[in-house]
Amino acid sequence: MILTGKTVTLHDMSLRDGMHAKQHQISLEEMLAVATGLDDAGMPLIEVTHGDGLGGASVNYGFPAHTDEDYLKAVIPRMRQAKISALLLPGIGTTDHLRMAYDLGVSTIRVATHCTEADVSQQHINLAAKMGMDTVGFLMMAHMVSAEKILEQAKLMVSFGANCIYCTDSAGYMLPSEVSEKMGLLREQLPGHVEIGFHGHHNLAMGIANSLAAIEAGATRIDGSVAGLGAGAGNTPLEVFCAVLERMQVSTGIDLYKIMDVAEDLVVPMMDHPIRLDRDALTLGYAGVYSSFLLFAKRAEAKYGIQARDLLVELGRRGTVGGQEDMIEDLAITMAREKGLLK
Amino acid sequence: MGKKLKAAIIGPGNIGTDLLIKMQRSEWIEPIWMVGIDPDSDGLKRAKEMGIKTTSDGVDGLLPHVFEDDIHIAFDATSANVHLENSRKLNDLGVIMVDLTPAAIGPYCIPPVNLADHARNLEMNVNMVTCGGQATIPMVYAVSRIQNVDYGEIVATVSSKSVGPGTRMNIDEFTRTTAGGVEKIGGAKTGKAIIVINPAEPPLIMRDTVHCLTEEEPDQPAITASILSMIEDVQKYVPGYKLVNGPVFDGRRVSIFLEVEGLGDYLPKYAGNLDIMTASALRTGEMFAEEIGKGAISLPTRNKGSEK
Repeated sequence: MILTGKTVTLHDMSLRDGMHAKQHQISLEEMLAVATGLDDAGMPLIEVTHGDGLGGASVNYGFPAHTDEDYLKAVIPRMRQAKISALLLPGIGTTDHLRMAYDLGVSTIRVATHCTEADVSQQHINLAAKMGMDTVGFLMMAHMVSAEKILEQAKLMVSFGANCIYCTDSAGYMLPSEVSEKMGLLREQLPGHVEIGFHGHHNLAMGIANSLAAIEAGATRIDGSVAGLGAGAGNTPLEVFCAVLERMQVSTGIDLYKIMDVAEDLVVPMMDHPIRLDRDALTLGYAGVYSSFLLFAKRAEAKYGIQARDLLVELGRRGTVGGQEDMIEDLAITMAREKGLLK
Repeated sequence: MGKKLKAAIIGPGNIGTDLLIKMQRSEWIEPIWMVGIDPDSDGLKRAKEMGIKTTSDGVDGLLPHVFEDDIHIAFDATSANVHLENSRKLNDLGVIMVDLTPAAIGPYCIPPVNLADHARNLEMNVNMVTCGGQATIPMVYAVSRIQNVDYGEIVATVSSKSVGPGTRMNIDEFTRTTAGGVEKIGGAKTGKAIIVINPAEPPLIMRDTVHCLTEEEPDQPAITASILSMIEDVQKYVPGYKLVNGPVFDGRRVSIFLEVEGLGDYLPKYAGNLDIMTASALRTGEMFAEEIGKGAISLPTRNKGSEK
């Protein structure tokens, strides 16, 4: 694969997707330390919000240590060059949250829907584009449908006003050939001024390989996470990806040693558990299940005695999508009852 | 046997048609008119085939017939904007409005919680909140009538096929209105609503999860009994309303896992979200009719002067 001379914008997820792995308990100090470290290393875009996006604070997804406002207010004024993005899932967050984020100086909004439900993003994408934000349509669980379906949904988001479309491998299920096909079709069919991007999870250890395939197919934005801090087995580890891109002569504008230091000195010590491909994270990738279900399934295993792996496989079989965290406890109770573990 | 209230349905889409089928079985409400705006629409054709008078001139096509056909109640399944005008014109003629749109000009109505009050007060416009609200607010109330609820949260998961373009274009209205209902009618100090749309095939039956955080340690037996009795109350008009799991007690958290299967009248059974709206709206109309039949309230005096 030859990518020599290409330029790509990297987008760090450790302070948003990483919130899943931290059960949304990252402190303001940690957030500020990592964000300023990344800013200093040259990271152009950093996402900051609850793991489930603006307004994600809930019983269902977990209450965070601080509000979205508090995190954004702490981080944004301290950035020298990095821009801050926020995620918004219609159905969880609303245009009220979007306005709040805009007022606090968030420059990039990523409006995320399941890969077949782009039409719920209309009011949010419309508003963000009208306010002049860098407006990204973020199609989640993109492994579940064909490239043609992704393209159809991407076109809807572009028609609402998105200037960038993401193909999102929320389950870490995709293999490079699938990434090439989907990203390739998007690049071929979307207008030239619309950027395309890829968001990977490392549940089959394909984060780096998939991201390279995406760049080859025309992606100019790649999500990853410093030290991989993210849901499931984490996101594409950015310090590793930076080293690979440097060897492939792709320019990112990021100082490799500095991002290595942020990973090793700041992010790894923050981890509640090592971000690695354990049995349950591997099951996510193997069964095609939303990565943030991981810790919920582990907790349900501890409480109800049903193996997390069995829960995750069944959730995959049922076609659950992002946001259905409530189904995990519900299913665990049902399975425990069937096994006679509960009355 | 009471005297049936004669009714009009505005909006011949999925909701309006499902409502019409249910209404034809009602002992208290008799459907007379179906109001649309497109003469070629399937919905109007269906209504005509079912022996219902139709107009494609919107609410203005109905107004001249309100008195001669003795229409006393109208069910509006159009959109929030259209409802404002429909309600004004029909209320003017003394027609009670049951609002299935997100307009919410009138008070929220969750039948097993506050319908009796609305009927007794002869509210001229009541709003049916949202499908997620109808499915979950009774449960929040079932907890809050036992002890104070600091926070109530509902997660409604519905099949992609059952969510129409109106809801999709205005999904924020769903979350805001439902959260408002969780507070105002459910009795939670703070409310939050989440909707998840799932495209799985075959389509999933509507699922709802209700989480309440009580102010003090929850009184488990009292809350459980209250929930079970409320489930029965909802089942009277939505037979497919089912407690799947729970209540789960975890510290101050009370979680309730529900499934809502529809009757499959016009909409498929999985579309419990649409069914619970039409069933709740019809139940609302019936309660008004029952109260009128009992003589507990009287129909509003008709203002003949405003008839065109």
